[in-house]
Amino acid sequence: MANTIKMRATLSGDVCTVKAIISHPMETGMRKDTKTGKVIPEHFIQEILCEHNGEQIASSNWSGAVSANPFVTFQFTGASKGDLVRLTWADNKGVSDSVETGVK
Amino acid sequence: MTNLKRRILMKNMAVIGATMAVAGTGVLHSSEVHAARPEDAFKAKTVKDALIGLYGHDNTESSDKIKLKLPDIAENGAVVPVTVSTDLENVESIAILADKNVTPLVATFKLEPRTLGYAGIRIKMAKTANVVAVVKANGKLFSTQTEVKVTIGGCGG
Repeated sequence: MANTIKMRATLSGDVCTVKAIISHPMETGMRKDTKTGKVIPEHFIQEILCEHNGEQIASSNWSGAVSANPFVTFQFTGASKGDLVRLTWADNKGVSDSVETGVK
Repeated sequence: MTNLKRRILMKNMAVIGATMAVAGTGVLHSSEVHAARPEDAFKAKTVKDALIGLYGHDNTESSDKIKLKLPDIAENGAVVPVTVSTDLENVESIAILADKNVTPLVATFKLEPRTLGYAGIRIKMAKTANVVAVVKANGKLFSTQTEVKVTIGGCGG
């Protein structure tokens, strides 16, 4: 599985911080190709879902105005070391990917 | 420069191609995604309309319990790091808007009870504008805003 997501979940006290970088072009649909002058069609991540041991902790809807190769972070309580955190994204072309990592 | 951009593009294309192959295994299905997505709010041209699309009204109360961490000057509008954190209790959602973008609504976060009132993301800004964070807590809307100076716009053209 090609991995588009780099994610880390670190525990500090009670708080678990999830940080993730996704490689994605995040085209707004407003940019033009400098050579052909054609509009580059929109292609961006629409939804992000973050789960801890199968239970949803946060979900997010995005527009094309999120930077290319988006970085996102969440914080939640109730995790312990070794728990699984999963992040899933889906874009406007129906592509999606997800990754699971252990809490450190 | 152009060559470099092309290379990055090609690299991205390769990644997308590969993910296409495994798209079926994802947890999310596109119909599910579209059902949950407030399209009207994302297409709105003003902050007011975006808030109406999201929450049905735009009665926000400004609050000093929301902290918005932003650069004063963003040299590159394509990458502006934004961090929202709040001490408010029972936070249900956070929305981030850039008021001079063509469509101001950038991202919405729906948070669960044990998730802290905290979200970080990097956004694109067309020009110098106010970044607005709207937090829904206990059924009420609270907002705060900060101006960010943008030297090079990040929405292409």
